[in-house]
Amino acid sequence: MDYGVSDSAGGNRQYRAIKILLAGGFGVGKTTLVGAVSEIRPLRTEEPLTEGSMRTDSTFGVEGKTTTTVAMDFGRISLRSDLVLYLFGTPGQQRFWFMWDELAIGALGAVVLADTRRLADSFPAIDYFERRQIPFIVALNCFEGAPRYDTEDVRLALDLEADLPIILCDARSKDSAKEALITLVEHVLVTASEEPLSGIA
Amino acid sequence: MPSNDERWLDAEAGPVVRPYALTQGRTRHTGESFDLVASVMATRTFADPAALAPEHISVLHLARVPTTVADIASDVDLPLGVVRIILADLRELGLVVISTPVVMAERIDKHTLREVLNGLRGL
Repeated sequence: MDYGVSDSAGGNRQYRAIKILLAGGFGVGKTTLVGAVSEIRPLRTEEPLTEGSMRTDSTFGVEGKTTTTVAMDFGRISLRSDLVLYLFGTPGQQRFWFMWDELAIGALGAVVLADTRRLADSFPAIDYFERRQIPFIVALNCFEGAPRYDTEDVRLALDLEADLPIILCDARSKDSAKEALITLVEHVLVTASEEPLSGIA
Repeated sequence: MPSNDERWLDAEAGPVVRPYALTQGRTRHTGESFDLVASVMATRTFADPAALAPEHISVLHLARVPTTVADIASDVDLPLGVVRIILADLRELGLVVISTPVVMAERIDKHTLREVLNGLRGL
């Protein structure tokens, strides 16, 4: 990759980084999906413990502990030399929303990964993206042995809009993971066509 | 099992605090904030290695080829918050340029979306 040499004006040519979030409950397969389409890279953050998390996390014995380590994964897919897609697996629990806020800024959209045996685990993520009007799709990770439901039943159960794409996927499969990302980008394209972006050149 | 009076701060607690020693205890970085996928590039400005902490040098080294905040944090295996402070220090010294990626969601045009689609289909 030849980016040339930077000048003092920050003159790297049109490098474009695009963020896609991968959300969902604990153990739903976020890391598996990131790993299926890209090389996984670990990222750790240390964040101040909020009062909320103080109540949830036992800090007995380490009362002086005021930060918590949040490990997350991300994957990078180079689509072109100047166009790179970043996938961020966001920690599912509500108490990590402070991290989502950072991740969500400027994100193209999100894939909410759901497990039909624990659909409620995906509620916080869905609520989050709906409230912030971040485009998302729902991908049902088809775990072996988990009951298969019609996507329309899941739509009802999750109270999702009629035009919101819901797909079945196998987070372990590269093709399936690709399909989830493609479905999201297509959804964003369709949404963008319906509502022309205004105000920003 | 140790009695409840003994509160050892063991390996579980130690590293939680230590990374911020690298930043002299600072938890907020200076200057303009930057995104996780903002691009980082070292400038050609001469840096006296002796004047920089080893972690600052590692980060600077990684930025010799254009990279991102997230990639650097992963490579140096330091918490994101610490890496941000180190990067802001380097920026203040004129050693790196941090630029927001051209495409943020509100500016992703259809052309770019189609490029992403084609790229994904070709994987």
